[in-house]
Amino acid sequence: MSTTTSPRLDTVERAAATPEIELPYAELGVTTDEYARIRAILGRRPTASELAMYSVMWSEHCSYKSSKVHLRRFAEIPAETRVGKLLAGIGENAGVVDIGQGYAVTFKAESHNHPSYVEPYQGAATGVGGIVRDILAMGARPIGVMDALRFGPADAPDTARVLPGVVAGVGGYGNCLGLPNIGGEVSFDPCYLGNPLVNALCVGVLRHEDLKLAQAPGPGNKVILYGAKTGGDGIGGASVLASATFDAEGKPAKRPSVQIGDPFTEKLLIECSLELFRDDLVVGIQDLGAAGLSCATSELASAGTGGMDVTLDDVPLRDPSLTPEEILMSESQERMMAVVEPGKVDAFLATCAKWEVEATVVGTVTGTGRLRIAWHGETIVDVPPRTVAHEGPVYERPYERPESLDALRRNDPGVLPRPSSGAELRASLLRVVAAPEQAAKSWVTDQYDRYVLGNTVLATPDDAGVLRVDEETGLGIALSLDGNGRQCALDPYTGAQLVLAEAYRNVAVKGARPLAVTDCLNFGSPEEPGVMWQFTETIRGLVDGCGELGVPVTGGNVSFYNQTGDTQIHPTPVVGVLGVLDDVRRRVPAGLVDGGSLFLVGETRDELGGSAWAHVEHGHLGGAPPRVDLAAERALAELVHGLAARGAALAAHDLSGGGLAQALVESCLAGGVGATVALPAGVDPFVALFSESSARALVLVRPEDADPLTARCAELALPVARLGDAGGDVLSVTGFFDVPLAELRETHEGTLPRLFG
Amino acid sequence: MSSRVGVVTFPGSLDDRDAQRAVRLAGGEPVALWHGDDDLHGVAAVVLPGGFSYGDYLRCGAIARFAPVMSAVVREARRGLPVLGVCNGFQVLCEAHLLPGALIRNDSRHFVCRDQRLRVESTDSAWTAGYAVGQEVVIPLKNGEGGYVADPATLDRLEGEGHVVVRYLDVNPNGSARDIAGVRNEAGNVVGLMPHPEHAVDALTGPGTDGLPFFTSVLDDLVRA
Repeated sequence: MSTTTSPRLDTVERAAATPEIELPYAELGVTTDEYARIRAILGRRPTASELAMYSVMWSEHCSYKSSKVHLRRFAEIPAETRVGKLLAGIGENAGVVDIGQGYAVTFKAESHNHPSYVEPYQGAATGVGGIVRDILAMGARPIGVMDALRFGPADAPDTARVLPGVVAGVGGYGNCLGLPNIGGEVSFDPCYLGNPLVNALCVGVLRHEDLKLAQAPGPGNKVILYGAKTGGDGIGGASVLASATFDAEGKPAKRPSVQIGDPFTEKLLIECSLELFRDDLVVGIQDLGAAGLSCATSELASAGTGGMDVTLDDVPLRDPSLTPEEILMSESQERMMAVVEPGKVDAFLATCAKWEVEATVVGTVTGTGRLRIAWHGETIVDVPPRTVAHEGPVYERPYERPESLDALRRNDPGVLPRPSSGAELRASLLRVVAAPEQAAKSWVTDQYDRYVLGNTVLATPDDAGVLRVDEETGLGIALSLDGNGRQCALDPYTGAQLVLAEAYRNVAVKGARPLAVTDCLNFGSPEEPGVMWQFTETIRGLVDGCGELGVPVTGGNVSFYNQTGDTQIHPTPVVGVLGVLDDVRRRVPAGLVDGGSLFLVGETRDELGGSAWAHVEHGHLGGAPPRVDLAAERALAELVHGLAARGAALAAHDLSGGGLAQALVESCLAGGVGATVALPAGVDPFVALFSESSARALVLVRPEDADPLTARCAELALPVARLGDAGGDVLSVTGFFDVPLAELRETHEGTLPRLFG
Repeated sequence: MSSRVGVVTFPGSLDDRDAQRAVRLAGGEPVALWHGDDDLHGVAAVVLPGGFSYGDYLRCGAIARFAPVMSAVVREARRGLPVLGVCNGFQVLCEAHLLPGALIRNDSRHFVCRDQRLRVESTDSAWTAGYAVGQEVVIPLKNGEGGYVADPATLDRLEGEGHVVVRYLDVNPNGSARDIAGVRNEAGNVVGLMPHPEHAVDALTGPGTDGLPFFTSVLDDLVRA
């Protein structure tokens, strides 16, 4: 450790001359082996600034060092949808999918779990802001957001702290940006008490020719930083470095490590960037998120001609006392970096001035193959950028199926007492749909603007969000974002496929063609072999499942270390599926319509492992999750798409958590219409109502379309049962029970307001 | 008379495109107006759209009222130019003293987005002539600071002179005094309301088309003029 006391700048020259100084790498999370590797790459010790860059870029969060070897498997899925080849895939800021008519859609989900626990409002807000910039950086106009939120028990004191803050943060940022929030999830489980999950998705649209990539080609081109000034927020361990290498006196107190969001600046950044793209003023672009300038400069340089010179003194600062290491590590929000031809710099700056967005030339693209950063006229960074951005460490962590899983799997829900009389079934149904996990989420989603931009065709609580893309042709997209930690805990391979199938089905029952996938993989510590096993099984499940469904994975993220002490979260892959509708006027809503004939499509088996019923009624988690049948999922999608195209589907709603009982309640309440249903013959009434067998949906058609529906189901080898008719203001299960709609509404919609006011 | 309707974009305006679309669907020609430009480019009416002008980091609308375009809007409004303020636009009109009262944080302390039932109380304005008095409509509402307040004397005067344009039904979503959702000025050319009629112009993307008459009313008026 250095004993330096004078505020000397740690330049490249000094680093070469003082090989004996050992920087405090461990405090920055760099291992001894990794530090040795940095020394080998540079042929000398790193400067403090270089170490700052390597430490953040080689972190788990930025380098995917524990997951990389497994994520590579996603490349086995053909990078093509039924519409066309992917225009960009994993590795870019976000994947880009051709949806036809010259349009492309880019979408991605990302986690912001840890910051949201520390500071719920800002953590969630900047989670939204970050993913929106990823979408913008592809050259797309962001057109919608979704969020999947997971908390501890709804009545836990800490949930009362975290949930309202997270919801206000998601809303506060998204509403102010003018992006409709069209769906997502809110769920509760004790495993998330110390590790809430905040996964945000953004979707954007662009014309094929407008695609932008994160690269810095063309020596001589200028590097422009624009947007907010750089401040001291979100600096992880930089102050450790500063105090170790420099005189620490006179430094301001350590600043918050959670970033602070400014959605107004982001809104200006969006409009300004879209105008810059429109006028063709940008060669390459990158947003500044995790690892800030370290990430943007090294990624742009390594994806381009390979070199870049940056003058760090030119970076506009909110706090002039920041050290160069802090500037390089700062995660201040609402910043972008663009590569611009010299002849277009003036026009670029003029557009930024119009939108009152600060823009500064901070560097130049070179052909040197080196990323060089200067401070006060001296070189403080001189590295091959690929070694920072793309050639970080890769770990093959040991993994092993945890033995505790055997006991969990043996604990079959078949031993639980089941309701059988009409009164018992009625009481169970009301308790299930009132449980926080299963209850209506309008207390949350009514805090989000779902109307802005004027293209929202369907939003929560419908199965999927549906957005119109082209006003003339009606071309549009459907999106769903789903997870199910409990089923994944029982069997991560099957669980991942169930989650994928649910998101796929949610999109399909709106009449859309599912095209592509993004995922947010939330797990405990990768250093635990049991967690690593869950992770590898999840990847295997998704790779196999996406391959069979023909939906490529276009991107996403991995969040490890979601554990407190030895308590890990359930393995929680959250999967987003994007679908396309050739004409959104043909979309199929979930709400019942008076006079329709109601059908249940799909096979119901006795499958209650990891079910909502077992959790709500017995606090039980065990046994096997429902079986996966992806061929049946495809057939179901085909069925609804065909019905929708002919305008023959009045309504459709997926069956998932809470089974048929939950689906009936939701469809009745969404339409404000009751139903009289007879449970399918040959199935135990309890199983019929509460089983969570996959590949099932409610479908409502006009009475005259009933026979064609059953005939089509036969062609597709899909079991189908006529349940009854929609109408009236009572949900009536013939021979068992009646519940008036008003009672259902009070029961289903009253829970969250009672808990969170 | 022209059917050109200007829609102002302030930094942070969000529903400007929606307002332009509503003008178009109503049969008018939308014209984008920029906050920094004090020329109204000959438009026959102006919409101040919803959003968070300047981030609403100060009082909502308090900065936008000083934008160059607002001096022109205020000048022409006093001469009878029809002006509609929706949500943040309503807040701007109150800050600019074209309408009485002010909007404060919702009494629930939460942002609220809902399909809101309203009753049209006055058709004696450029923007509501196409409705019937007492007509009940459903129009989306979405705001965090939509609680309408004014001193009792002003409220009495608004009620007495028929200046309350729309009122909340069923639920008062933000704690507005006397369930007031929107008001007009004395002359009836300036109207402000918290609900968003531009989000109720197409049944595909809204709860219905109940908001369309706001835009057809002013266009009919302009055509007649």
